[in-house]
Amino acid sequence: MADRRHVLILGGGTGGTIAANRLRRLLPNSVDITVVDSNDDHVYQPGLLFVPFGLTHAGDLVRPRGRQLHDGIVYTHATVDRVDTAHNTVSFAGGETAGYDVLVIASGAVLMPEETEGLTGPGWGEKVFTFYSLDGALALAPVLAGFKMGRIVVNVVDMPIKCPVAPLEFCFLADWFLRERGVRDQVSLTYVTPLDGAFTKPVASKRLGELLADKGIEVVTEFNTGTVDAEAGTLVSYDGREVPFDLGVVVPLHGGAEFVGRSAGLGDELNFIPTDAHTLQSKAAPNVFVIGDAAGLPVSKAGSVTHFEGEVLTENIRRFLDGDSLDASYDGHANCFIETGFGKAVLIDFNYDTEPLPGHFPTRVGLPLLKESHLNHLGKLMFQWFYWHALLPGHSIPGIASDMPTAGKHQVPAGTR
Amino acid sequence: MTVAPIELTNVARNEEGFFLDPSQWSEAMVPALAAQEGITQVTDRHWQVIRFMRSEYLENGTGPTVRVLGKASGVSIKELYELFPKGPAKVAARIAGIPKPRGCI
Repeated sequence: MADRRHVLILGGGTGGTIAANRLRRLLPNSVDITVVDSNDDHVYQPGLLFVPFGLTHAGDLVRPRGRQLHDGIVYTHATVDRVDTAHNTVSFAGGETAGYDVLVIASGAVLMPEETEGLTGPGWGEKVFTFYSLDGALALAPVLAGFKMGRIVVNVVDMPIKCPVAPLEFCFLADWFLRERGVRDQVSLTYVTPLDGAFTKPVASKRLGELLADKGIEVVTEFNTGTVDAEAGTLVSYDGREVPFDLGVVVPLHGGAEFVGRSAGLGDELNFIPTDAHTLQSKAAPNVFVIGDAAGLPVSKAGSVTHFEGEVLTENIRRFLDGDSLDASYDGHANCFIETGFGKAVLIDFNYDTEPLPGHFPTRVGLPLLKESHLNHLGKLMFQWFYWHALLPGHSIPGIASDMPTAGKHQVPAGTR
Repeated sequence: MTVAPIELTNVARNEEGFFLDPSQWSEAMVPALAAQEGITQVTDRHWQVIRFMRSEYLENGTGPTVRVLGKASGVSIKELYELFPKGPAKVAARIAGIPKPRGCI
């Protein structure tokens, strides 16, 4: 008789759901799989971007977590207090504990607006908003719809953030939205970023920078936000620069889940979890694996990353339970549609070693890369269906493997970067 | 303390001034590297940040962001900007001989 073993998954979002569904197919029934989350709202986070512009309804973005999990997976509600990697146990807020043979941490990233001086003070929710939460995105919608004149400033407080292109998309959509309403010439749009350009990777940064310029969106770079005076309408950087606004759209500092900070030896300064970039095994303990935004990896915090990680993570967990060496290797593959307004979008595809390049995806015949097209916009809209029906069940999308494709890409000569 | 003049011309750096090969760096280069950033006097506080950058890089493969520096280096963000007015993360990374902090992808 085989011993029963237990895989415990903390978090029932994108990463936890993908991991659970893939593992259920991969592992024998002698392995129990449990998913724990503190609430039952699975939010389709890429949809939050569209909420302030009235382009989607909140109700369409939220589904019950449990229903995304397949048969043979136990799903429970509990708030994690801490993980004890030395004793393979997790304790919960009510005082209960659970043991595990393998722990999967899929607890994502949280917003920490209170870390920025003044941000949550008077004016928060009136003059300063975030669209990175459903409540925030909903509160912003009527304000944006009534905005006729003045300065809109979109600010990223610091990296890393979820979906690093979303603030750019917000700028592009705001430009479109204000033009549609006939008030664009009375509104200035400014993008304020801690980076030294529109994006982190040189070729994409240049293309996206050109798009911002074409649309008349000003860019303030290397701005590390120290204080937000929401009432007066001013962003102040640590080096003393000021950017005034009438409407501030701020992406707050992100960190990992709070329980990570309470768990000795598990997380870094921001509660993200140091993780092997290729095997997805945590540095804290060999039987602890990490997927998605919770990981302290040099990758975008994005659903596509989590999807591509899923295949590698689950194969390595199977190997770990069998006593084999971990040979599945994640290459840092990410891709994302960047909505640019007027029914168009740009697609980028990259990994640890290769920055986003122009060309076509996934092969020479396919969606255009790093270029605005209507087809990419349709791709972005279709992605919502794929998310619920292919990504979360843990299926691969036909023709798109977890390794980054190169067939349709143009290598850009170094001199043009 | 007198510091022997250090030859920086043999050090391979990219167009933004970051070391291509961090193993070429030595502590003896710090005063000359700092001078190129307009820092004429390298204090103990500068050293604390530079050594922290270096150890973070060796451990994690990338230098920390300003936020992480402020939380973990023992120097507040406000003081970091006093020490490295042109931007602590990048300037300290150049002086510490490590690549540009990714922080962010």
